[in-house]
Amino acid sequence: MKRYTAQIALIVALAVSLGISCASDSIDAYYLDIALNVGINIILAVSLNLVNGHTGQFSLGHAAFMAVGAYGASIFTLEASQKLIPLLGGPGTFATGTAFFIALVIGGLCAAICGWLVGMPSLRLRGDYLAIVTLGFNEIVRVILQNTSGDGPFGGPLGLKGIPSHTTFFWVFAFAAVCVYVVASMVNSTYGRGFLAVRDDEVAAGSMGINTVRYKVTAFVTGSFFAGLAGGLYAHLRTTISPAGFDFLKSFDVVVIVILGGMGSTAGVIAAAILLTVLNEFLRDFEQYRMIVFSLLLIIMMIVRPQGLLPSLPFFTRKKSA
Amino acid sequence: MSAGLELKDVTIRFGGLKAVSELSFSVAPGELVGLIGPNGAGKTTVFNLITGVYTPTSGQIHFEGTPVPGKKPHEITRMGIARTFQNIRLFSSLSVLDNVRAAMMTHLKRGIIHSLSRGPVYHREEASVEKEAIELLDIFGLADRLDANSKSLNYGDQRRLEIVRALATKPKLLLLDEPAAGMNPSEKDDLMQLIRFIKERYNLAVLLVEHDMKVVMGICQRIAVIEYGCKIAEGSPKEIQCDPKVIEAYLGVCAE
Repeated sequence: MKRYTAQIALIVALAVSLGISCASDSIDAYYLDIALNVGINIILAVSLNLVNGHTGQFSLGHAAFMAVGAYGASIFTLEASQKLIPLLGGPGTFATGTAFFIALVIGGLCAAICGWLVGMPSLRLRGDYLAIVTLGFNEIVRVILQNTSGDGPFGGPLGLKGIPSHTTFFWVFAFAAVCVYVVASMVNSTYGRGFLAVRDDEVAAGSMGINTVRYKVTAFVTGSFFAGLAGGLYAHLRTTISPAGFDFLKSFDVVVIVILGGMGSTAGVIAAAILLTVLNEFLRDFEQYRMIVFSLLLIIMMIVRPQGLLPSLPFFTRKKSA
Repeated sequence: MSAGLELKDVTIRFGGLKAVSELSFSVAPGELVGLIGPNGAGKTTVFNLITGVYTPTSGQIHFEGTPVPGKKPHEITRMGIARTFQNIRLFSSLSVLDNVRAAMMTHLKRGIIHSLSRGPVYHREEASVEKEAIELLDIFGLADRLDANSKSLNYGDQRRLEIVRALATKPKLLLLDEPAAGMNPSEKDDLMQLIRFIKERYNLAVLLVEHDMKVVMGICQRIAVIEYGCKIAEGSPKEIQCDPKVIEAYLGVCAE
């Protein structure tokens, strides 16, 4: 049984989120909204942590992949769902749910393809090129979306509105659980030691037979996929999206969560995602000082606990052999 | 093409500098060859050429008849060439065991899908990798430090762990870049025994770059000397010690 702790944890998490989701009508809408934001931020931060924390690359464009996923999923829902739902057996929970699932996966895949296109050339190089390229990519995505025609499928600078509100507690936390499971089990295996080896010393990793470029691209594409998924969830939660919502500051927010949680510590990053999302709500009355508080937090963290909020406890620890 | 490693007229230029010039030598299977030369002679560059970090400007490098230049470092490792580094390059955030495990991945049959499914096959392979890594570490007396951070080991153990990690890739040729650097005399003696031992036990060919003449003369069957990127002598330790060119370039006095 002990070997399958990870799978059991995943199934329990899925079941619990389904249970809470069924009872979500009795939860105050305001708190539910915060909870959903927490979940989306967990997906964003844990997936970015795979790139920035575990693999030691520095991506500054997570919001761009979120945007690609959000637009991809929303356009699918708006354009194709009407035709798809009758094929799945008419309007009902199952049919709309399946259509939404497909939309989210399509959003994630669009983001993953973009991640591959961006990562393939820039990850062949060592050093900070990825940071520069992803920063640029973030702006490119935003500017392109802003300059599309208002009548077209992308909706121009005003973005898309009237996206059906499909995102529920279940969807957010089911995907958050899947994201944590995927990242944690990828890293915590013999195969996954390669990500950490690449982070620690790329030259040595290459000399130990580790295909460093493939590892970096795998991490980046996986991270992009989950960012796209989070984007789809976000779009179907807010029901309107606009290019301005996916600017550099949004990417920066995710980077702050990862650094605060501790690069390479999945548990720490989850804790930081919860903390910062809730803190954000409390600071809503002091909106203009939010960034100052975040910056101070970062500085204090760097001095007091550079390793992050929680110690780097792997999710699946090695059983001690006698 | 002979077996083992063969370099033929290998040259590499960095701009106007010829770091290695028309260098030819070979390492037969199971042979222990030393590569010496004054500082800046190009010894580490030769290692970097063999392991694919650099590509030669001209000349050929063959390993077991297969050309090496143009291949990526990880592909060359998979061909059976492993190396250690002059300045220790362990994976500093990983434990002793995980350093070895990361290197064993070279021969892992299953990848990412099995890590995600975590099925019985995955657990079997994980267990066998772990067992093999522990066995390997046990041979080198590091089995009691499995979960220690690799940076917390003492200097000699770190050097040893680097060799273990290189061995975990199951090489046929091991390149050691100044393994005795910074060691005290008794550690050096241990190292010499260790190199002899791994050569016999794993039937390895070893190419050794080293400044410590006691170590080089003590264990190498054949020595190649380079200066300014050119080979100036090659032969048995005795021959090298009496070669006037080598003495002029390097050793200073002829040993009796």
